[in-house]
Amino acid sequence: MNMTVLKSETARAMPAPAVSADVVKLKAPKTSFIKTKLVPRVSEISANVLPPLVTIALIMVVWQMLCSKPGSTLPPPTVIWDQAKDLIMEPFFVAGPQDIGLGWRVLTSLQRVAIGYGLAGLIGIALGTIIGQSVWAMRGLDPIFQVLRTISPLAWLPISLAAFRDSQPSAIFVIFITSVWPIIINTAVGIRNIPQDYRNVALVLRLNHYEFFTKIMIPSAAPYIFTGLRIGIGLSWLAIVAAEMLTGGVGIGFFIWDAWNSSRLPDIIVALAYIGGIGFLLDRLVALVAHFVTRGTASN
Amino acid sequence: MAPATSHPYLRIDHVDKTFSRGGKLTEVLSDVTVSIEKGEYVSIIGHSGCGKSTLLNIVAGLTPVPTGAVLLENREVSDPGPDRAVVFQNHSLLPWLTVYENVRLAVDKVFSATKSRKERHAWTMHNLELVQMGHAKDKRPAEISGGMKQRVGIARALAMEPKVLLLDEPFGALDALTRAHLQDSVMAIHQKLGNTVLMITHDVDEAVLLSDRIVMMTNGPAARIGEVLEVPIARPRKRLDLVADQTYIKCRQRVIEFLYARHKAPALQAAE
Repeated sequence: MNMTVLKSETARAMPAPAVSADVVKLKAPKTSFIKTKLVPRVSEISANVLPPLVTIALIMVVWQMLCSKPGSTLPPPTVIWDQAKDLIMEPFFVAGPQDIGLGWRVLTSLQRVAIGYGLAGLIGIALGTIIGQSVWAMRGLDPIFQVLRTISPLAWLPISLAAFRDSQPSAIFVIFITSVWPIIINTAVGIRNIPQDYRNVALVLRLNHYEFFTKIMIPSAAPYIFTGLRIGIGLSWLAIVAAEMLTGGVGIGFFIWDAWNSSRLPDIIVALAYIGGIGFLLDRLVALVAHFVTRGTASN
Repeated sequence: MAPATSHPYLRIDHVDKTFSRGGKLTEVLSDVTVSIEKGEYVSIIGHSGCGKSTLLNIVAGLTPVPTGAVLLENREVSDPGPDRAVVFQNHSLLPWLTVYENVRLAVDKVFSATKSRKERHAWTMHNLELVQMGHAKDKRPAEISGGMKQRVGIARALAMEPKVLLLDEPFGALDALTRAHLQDSVMAIHQKLGNTVLMITHDVDEAVLLSDRIVMMTNGPAARIGEVLEVPIARPRKRLDLVADQTYIKCRQRVIEFLYARHKAPALQAAE
């Protein structure tokens, strides 16, 4: 756009040739949709997309150089591409009962996360509400929660295997127990931080318990609750991979363990990329839901 | 003004209030008695910390009545309720609701049994129009100015059709021009609807301009009513006309004398 403007100005500034008196009609600069809307939009997007792409390319180059040497322990990107191309390009192939695309494995893991995290969300918000409301529940339960939440997800696994005697519910339990604490604690803080002003409004209006819960408590605590939910989804995605490595079956975690046992290092690295990508998407998803539910009042 | 009867409309009857903090008892209010007639506009003025907000909270039912009683239409009130709607100092609008929804919440709650959906909508809009906020009904509190928020707060309180309207330093957080504008609006609404109003303020001009009576409180601890001043200026009052009005000037003088000569703020006393 700038170019055309410059050109027309220089054209005008030039002394008119004495011989020819032809009037050269300058083209009016086009203010089409492409120039006014699309160009700024594209440049804005590329300003955000280009830097990470450049960084990734640089990392790939360094990686390639470091791992191409003879005797290097890890495969360089080119080897990964050669050996695990099918995993990268086709997430949803089915070649046999145990030979399926990573997309399917991720979906199996996500299903476990959905159940465990869903339960954690329901129970966490309910318990958090009780604790936030009652001083005595707070005093009685908070110390216990503060201790329990520091326990590693994997430390729960033997106990849950002993209790459920099956890998599937055990994995779900591990997800639940990992992600429930931040949800409980953040909900409780949110409930306790309901401004006295809103409580006064509820008192003057004589809202009953149900109305107070739905009209004041939940909307007021929503930003806190979603902070807890966001931490929770991250933790449950961390936990599922670890749990699946130990419990086996279908799933992205077990895939990594299986690949390790059969020395397929390129497959592991592709799986890591999947896990990172999905984890990122899950976090964004909860953030997006939070943004819509709290109408933008939740911090991003 | 309603004729004075033996039973006033609202009576704050020998109210004492003590707070205990760290095992130490502090008397905040001492033997406060105020009678307010129907349609009267009464202001309570005093230095900050004199317990005037506590007094308003007691009338609103937000603070329990320790000794003494609050009587509304000769019936004792001890819980909060929409018959004593409060306009809070910091507006207290719910930020996740629009302007309309904030008022509608109150309307739905108070008139759920007596008005149809359509009537409740009309009543909500009527009250928003009354404070000239109908145009912003779909905005959220964060999107409107402080003065506008306070207008909505007033609309919400008015929409409850309270027997007594309680204003807790309603203009305290506003700039001077917005405040003057809003005071005029409140005066116009009071003129039109004839509400009974109890207002807490620390602004002398505001008290004299708006009130029929000014209750002046001494300094805490153990604040009590120092003096009650009638403001015999005819309504409707015009801000500009009052600037040179002898009654206005005299009333203003009385309040200022009370506040700054006889019952100086503790901080000012210490400074001398």
